[in-house]
Amino acid sequence: MDAGTGYTIEGASGTWEVVIGLEVHAQVISNAKLFSGAATAFGAAPNTQVSFIDAAFPGMLPVINRECVAQAVRTGLGLAAQINLVSRFDRKNYFYADLPAGYQISQYEHPIVGQGTIEIELDGGITKSIGITRLHLEQDAGKSLHDQHPSKSYIDLNRAGVALMEIVSEPDLRSPEEAGAYLRKLRTILRYLGTCDGNMEEGSMRADVNVSVRRPGEGFRTRCEVKNVNSVRFVMQAVEAEARRQIAVWEEGGTVEQETRLYDVARGVTRSMRSKEDAHDYRYFPDPDLLPLVLEQGWVDALAAGLPELPDAKKRRLMARHGLSAYDAGVLVAEQATADFYERLAAGRDAKLAANWMLGDFFAALNRTGRTISDPPVSAAQLGALLDLIADATINGRIAKEVFEAMVETGDDPAAIIDARGLRQVTDTGAIDAAVAAVLAANADKVADYRGGKEKLFGFFVGQVMKAMAGKGNPALVNDVLRRHLAGGG
Amino acid sequence: MLTDLTLAVARAGLARRDFSATELTQAHVDAVEALNPTLNALITVTADQALAQARAADAALASGDDRPLLGLPLAIKDLFCTKGVRTTAGSRILGPFVPPYESTVTANLLRDGAVFLGKANLDEFAMGSSNMTSAYGAVVNPWKRRQDADAVLVPGGSSGGSAAAVAGRIALGATGTDTGGSIRQPASFCGIAGIKPTYGRCSRWGIVAFASSLDQAGPFARTVEDCAILLRSMAGHDPKDSTSADRPVPDFAAACARGVRGLRIGVPREYRADGMPGEIEALWQQGLAWLRAEGAEIVDVSLPHTKYGLATYYIVAPAEASSNLARYDGVRFGLRADGGDLRELYEHTRAEGFGEEVRRRVLIGTYVLSAGYYDAYYLRAQKVRALILRDFTDAFAQVDALLTPTAPSAAFAQGENMDDPVAMYLNDVFTVPASMAGVPAMSVPAGLDGNGLPLGLQIIGRPFDEETVFAVAAAIERAAGFDALPAIRPGAVAAE
Amino acid sequence: MSLDAATVRRIASLARIGVGEDEIEGLRTQLNSILGWIEQLNEVDVTGIAPLTGAAQMALKMRDDVVTDGGDPDGVLANAPERAGDFFVVPKVVE
Ligand SMILES: [Mg+2]
Ligand SMILES: [Zn+2]
Repeated sequence: MDAGTGYTIEGASGTWEVVIGLEVHAQVISNAKLFSGAATAFGAAPNTQVSFIDAAFPGMLPVINRECVAQAVRTGLGLAAQINLVSRFDRKNYFYADLPAGYQISQYEHPIVGQGTIEIELDGGITKSIGITRLHLEQDAGKSLHDQHPSKSYIDLNRAGVALMEIVSEPDLRSPEEAGAYLRKLRTILRYLGTCDGNMEEGSMRADVNVSVRRPGEGFRTRCEVKNVNSVRFVMQAVEAEARRQIAVWEEGGTVEQETRLYDVARGVTRSMRSKEDAHDYRYFPDPDLLPLVLEQGWVDALAAGLPELPDAKKRRLMARHGLSAYDAGVLVAEQATADFYERLAAGRDAKLAANWMLGDFFAALNRTGRTISDPPVSAAQLGALLDLIADATINGRIAKEVFEAMVETGDDPAAIIDARGLRQVTDTGAIDAAVAAVLAANADKVADYRGGKEKLFGFFVGQVMKAMAGKGNPALVNDVLRRHLAGGG
Repeated sequence: MLTDLTLAVARAGLARRDFSATELTQAHVDAVEALNPTLNALITVTADQALAQARAADAALASGDDRPLLGLPLAIKDLFCTKGVRTTAGSRILGPFVPPYESTVTANLLRDGAVFLGKANLDEFAMGSSNMTSAYGAVVNPWKRRQDADAVLVPGGSSGGSAAAVAGRIALGATGTDTGGSIRQPASFCGIAGIKPTYGRCSRWGIVAFASSLDQAGPFARTVEDCAILLRSMAGHDPKDSTSADRPVPDFAAACARGVRGLRIGVPREYRADGMPGEIEALWQQGLAWLRAEGAEIVDVSLPHTKYGLATYYIVAPAEASSNLARYDGVRFGLRADGGDLRELYEHTRAEGFGEEVRRRVLIGTYVLSAGYYDAYYLRAQKVRALILRDFTDAFAQVDALLTPTAPSAAFAQGENMDDPVAMYLNDVFTVPASMAGVPAMSVPAGLDGNGLPLGLQIIGRPFDEETVFAVAAAIERAAGFDALPAIRPGAVAAE
Repeated sequence: MSLDAATVRRIASLARIGVGEDEIEGLRTQLNSILGWIEQLNEVDVTGIAPLTGAAQMALKMRDDVVTDGGDPDGVLANAPERAGDFFVVPKVVE
């Protein structure tokens, strides 16, 4: 395995390593549920998106949704993983208020997707390969509301039966930073693929975090599973909190028990989960209501052919074709919409200049205005027009910044702003000659110094000339004319 | 009497307007009223609905409608969900459950014009072979022992109410379900015909599940042809059931007239069970002789894993049931017994709601799936199940159908066989193997034992070859000329 | 394999069936008699045999991704033993 972040925790008795594996539940983007025809939209009124199948009424039977299967296969392909042409559904049996059938239909022994990998990027330009153990399809449970009544829980089954992909990583992660990078990268891939919206606030992506600690060089010790952590930040916090708890247990001479825990966001600690007493006896067995899921290679191939370019490939292409740095390319591909914006902007233009503008002024403007890449204050076409005006010397770079700010403010096209404000670059050598002559005349002492060898003063003269020309002088011409005058040319 | 007609004859009579659908249904409603208090065959009687359906059928008949079941009154096993009509599965735990949907099989029957008299009693969740486990009381077999007329006999199970209703002539036909013999064994005990079609032939959608990989719906009637007519309506591909077979439904009734000339009929030697009554062995030989006389060739075959069928069944079925019945938890429908917390609510509801046999099977099923025991029990049972299927596949390479006794005994009395669950399970020893293999199997009444009680023979066919099963069953029916009548039936009960 | 009382309690708890202490011994005897009888399967040589899950020998059919169901909270809640508005209700669950 690659180096990674080299993260360790110093305990009272020495150094500890942290070992992390993530099980991510990603809600599949589909119109209808995995085994029923009820809708999946977020935020509907309680129990309005529930079929009798989802509510496990007597005699109701599951029928699988082809699109959910396709989404799992696309995701598997996107993770460079093995697609299993024959997989099977099993029942995971346990009682819970929001699990209507008393079992969850999942894939235990024979998942639809096998081993794959995700490349994560860490600070300092390090990349690390994280193994994917498997991806399987399963049903989501309903939602219990515990805060509506002092002694009752209320059950909403809208989410019951929605398709989830459970994506299980190998225990390859070694620090909170790596865990965070993994989650962000996974989310990026899922969004590129259009198989999960990655919206952790709405619960469409949740992570179960498996944490253990060990002395450097040791084998694995007992792990605990911190369930249902719902943001990247909380995952990173939960890893650290749980690792520190386990270190304390070991260092006090105790033994960490394998168990399911919850991360208490308010207190920043993990605690044991009462409702999971039977967690180790789920009595998995093949669901007799369903038959083996058999996929045709041709169907899988067609899905593969329809996949979009994924972030890693896009990044490599941007670096190779446009000469961007790994860092810049990484930022540009992190979101599909950002990458699309960039590619529209860079098409037929100076790609590096385009990247600098996007990563600099454009991102700053997004931040400042609170807008997003899908709802930007300046469109790719408008920003492109601005770059074109720089390229054809209508304006210079400095004026361009001023024009850009005006574009952000007004939403107007750059040409209109330039015309209205008279910002067109001066390329008339007569005007430049006059400005240079005036500046040199007013600074005769500095001219003498320059000619005496203080060549650094050249920048000062450029600044003065530009200032005199209200910034509109063509920089190349200004330089030429200045050199000529300073050399005594007149 | 209108209640003595076969379904086919009643259909012809309606078509000729010899009588109206309303008269036919009224005769059965009267019979229900007179006999159901004795038989307890129906849990819920829907007389008003039946008469309304009959009036609608008369109007349709008048306009030339000739749907295959138009105006024919049936009983529906109370395991089929019926829209707007309470469905109990024979259990307290479903309590007042009223399904907002109609099972596919009953919807098919309604589509074809059938009239529903009510919901037939059954062993709780179809678990039993005597109908003694119903929360709604035992069903009484309309037949009586000649020597011991006071003994109350069981109708068999689990579809005992359906079988008793048809035998007692309070319905022309009935639906049943068969998981390990629940159509064939009660048909044999009640002197009527009943078929479990190939797994996947009838949709399971809307039928309260017992063991999903085994459950299969099928009809009861007093003749083989009537079963064929009913099955044609019940069967068919259903996209709502992933295990439903996408195959055309043949004209089963036409197959009844085919005869058996040239067919090879297998006699599985392993069905000669120890201690099987001589009368049953004799009837079996008689059945083979009838078929030989009709031109069939009789061939000895071996199904070597037959003796393991029951034990395999008692792992697979309880395992699936333990999971299928987890939904009865007092939260969304049915009975709720309160508790201090959710766990107590579950435990109280399920302790109060489930009867003894269901509890026993759920516990067995939970055990055989639990950590550390899965491989030893469940996985092993699935492998033996594969061997049982292989037995049938091998046998059907040599023969077109198999003939066996349906059950190892005639109907027994309430209270007999009740102490030891395993002794009760042995009732299904001849029916379970076909269930494990998913192949079609039918019981046809073939004679009486020394006590005047009916005995059935079982015909087992290749997957999706119900037509041969009907052909063989009809040949036996013709040869047997079974015309004995049960003691309890319309018009006869007064003479008791 | 023979069940002891603790195992009977554990299974009953897994299955969420309340069983009184006075019922344990009877259940234990019955379950052991069934399990003892089932043990005849150990006689069967199953080496190399693939387990048979169900009787249907086909592949799974898939349906289209179309919303065809739902939108009927009253139907879904009509049989509920306890409801509050459009929610099912259970005793408070502590996680
Ligand atoms: Mg998990
Ligand atoms: Zn999961």
